[in-house]
Amino acid sequence: MRYAMAIDTKKCVGCSDCVVACQTENDVPIGYCRDWVVEVMDGTYPQLEMELRSERCNHCENSPCVRCCPTGASHYSEGGTVLVTKNECIGCSACITSCPYDARFVHPEGYVDKCTFCIHRVKKGMQPACVAVCPTKCMYFGDLDDPRSEVSQILKKRKSKTLIPEAGTKPHLYFLI
Amino acid sequence: MREEIIISGRNNPLIDPQLHVWHWEIPTYLFLGGLAAGLMFFAALYTIRNKENEYKTAVQIAPMLAPIALMLGLVALFLDLHHKLYFWRLYTTIRLESPMSWGAWTLMVVTPISMIWTAMHIKEVFPRWNWKFDVIEELIEFFKKNKKTIAWIMLISSVILGIYTGILFSAFNARPLWNTSILGPLFLASGLSAGAAVVIWMSKNHAERKRFAQLDLMIIGIELFLIIHMFMGFLASTQVQIDAANLFLGGAYTAPFWIFVVLLGMIVPAILEGMELKGYKIPVAIPVVLVLFGSVMLRFLISNAGQASRWLY
Repeated sequence: MRYAMAIDTKKCVGCSDCVVACQTENDVPIGYCRDWVVEVMDGTYPQLEMELRSERCNHCENSPCVRCCPTGASHYSEGGTVLVTKNECIGCSACITSCPYDARFVHPEGYVDKCTFCIHRVKKGMQPACVAVCPTKCMYFGDLDDPRSEVSQILKKRKSKTLIPEAGTKPHLYFLI
Repeated sequence: MREEIIISGRNNPLIDPQLHVWHWEIPTYLFLGGLAAGLMFFAALYTIRNKENEYKTAVQIAPMLAPIALMLGLVALFLDLHHKLYFWRLYTTIRLESPMSWGAWTLMVVTPISMIWTAMHIKEVFPRWNWKFDVIEELIEFFKKNKKTIAWIMLISSVILGIYTGILFSAFNARPLWNTSILGPLFLASGLSAGAAVVIWMSKNHAERKRFAQLDLMIIGIELFLIIHMFMGFLASTQVQIDAANLFLGGAYTAPFWIFVVLLGMIVPAILEGMELKGYKIPVAIPVVLVLFGSVMLRFLISNAGQASRWLY
């Protein structure tokens, strides 16, 4: 099982509902976030191109954060998700500096926090909060190993990219372009 | 033209607008650790080569600073942790892929050894020192009998400590400036140079001072060689590493790096030490303080500039 997420940059309107849903679902402290929306404007007027991306932890297959964690608090879990065990984390910030996507932050309680792909919801058969709440239905979540899953289907049909594949992290967050 | 705006939510403190999770604690520790590694390296080296009496300061007196430096460094490391009460988690596991785990375990070996070495030689500095308990005296006698073995352990562990202070940085995928294994030998050389400088400062023996001035000159040469190679490597690499190198070649860190680290921390003390070897009278404190200052600055600048460098996407 390999969980992955595909996000349609053509359908996303940048409303930030995913951000708020995540903050509510995961009780993210005020002033922090596990996902965020980036707006990239490319080109010179009048030839402009805009891309909206809802970004979060890429749950990489070759995670620098898991590699550099001195205590094993950062680890691979069910379906390839990358998680942090609160009570093993010493808050050394090594994983934060090692993440090319800057997806991690220090929770005010001291441990390092990040997106979990809402694994607690997924285990119950639900979608991650951000996916479930998206008003344009531009996010797809599922198992890459299952050819019938929503995410496998859409990745077969559409062109997609991952962020900085040259970093060698093998990210599991796809952007449909 | 490319413009990137983060339109929502993303304002995680210490990450936006620029990553700054490591402050003064880490570079301070890296300096103190490197200094301790340098002091212990020379003490072990000259013990193994049976030159204890020729280089008394290097073997017996200067290494007494090592446990102090290590303990202050450990305090800095502890202050850096955000989840402080869980620090013992470092010692419930060995993770070969994580340089920080290597470092934690190396410190577990190096710190006690530096203390044993100090205990073995404390009567050289404080002749009336009394351990009060016979057990301790006997234990120290035992260590003294196995001095060579301890020196070998100290030699190897101090090299690991010195290299690890640089490798700690280079293992982080996300920071192009740190993604060079030259940081390991560079930080080791910088630590050895700092150690040699302290020996020069503390020694009252002319021959010893001369020997360590020669050593320091040689190490500074190696450091300059490594720095040039580091930039050559960056400039021949990918765009992100070219950008990282440009932080020091015209970017925000250019002036502090070339003036404080290279000029004041390496070239000026090298010239002064060279002049001293030629017979000019120069207050020994000047080159020594400059070398130590350069060594501190190197850590701070690499730490801060590394956090400013990133992948582009």
